[in-house]
Amino acid sequence: MPVKLLYFAWVREKTGKAEEIVDVPAGVGTVAELVAWLKGLGPEYAEAFARADVIRAAIDRTHVKPTASLAGAREIAFFPPVTGG
Amino acid sequence: MGVRVEREDFDVGAEVRRLTAGRTDIGAIVTFTGTVRDGNDGAAIAGMTLEHYPGMTEAELARVEAEAGKRWPLQASLIVHRVGTLKPGDNIVLVVTASAHRAAAFAAAEFLMDYLKTRAPFWKKETHADGSERWVESRDSDDTAAARW
Repeated sequence: MPVKLLYFAWVREKTGKAEEIVDVPAGVGTVAELVAWLKGLGPEYAEAFARADVIRAAIDRTHVKPTASLAGAREIAFFPPVTGG
Repeated sequence: MGVRVEREDFDVGAEVRRLTAGRTDIGAIVTFTGTVRDGNDGAAIAGMTLEHYPGMTEAELARVEAEAGKRWPLQASLIVHRVGTLKPGDNIVLVVTASAHRAAAFAAAEFLMDYLKTRAPFWKKETHADGSERWVESRDSDDTAAARW
């Protein structure tokens, strides 16, 4: 399942990229499972997602929890807690 | 009603005039302006860069504004948030709420700020006076402020 991944703030800096298309393997069904899979892609991903409890996610531009299903997702974003205002 | 994300500065007076032009049913207008401080947690701040998630930011701000409109009788509201590079004293964010009476306008303005701080996908990176940079960390007090609504 190809999906577009977006990274923001220090997650972007640590992965070294703002976005990419990845082919998510069968068996990776939730946001938490996707994070676990991404951590295995290389040291920069392991570093970016080391504090997995801090990383927030959005699917198709809506905030989601780690337990959220990836079914039907087109765009998944990972970022630190927001600090606007 | 409206939300805007932009690099340019805003003029509070001009925004209020545009929002309320021709309206005679408004009895209370509250504005909140957030600005860049020259210090944070003991560090001298030389500047700040605001990054956001284009598309989601506008959608999230619109959701927050719609929620305020459901909770209070607002005649008008506006959220303007800047992105890009800012320096101490610069405007960051503007919230305007207009209602028939002040209680709703005050409460809705505070709600909009509390909610956007915990939901809108913006991230601040500080540049310190010594040239070092640091991503601003979220504050538990912001979550506490948002949770009371």
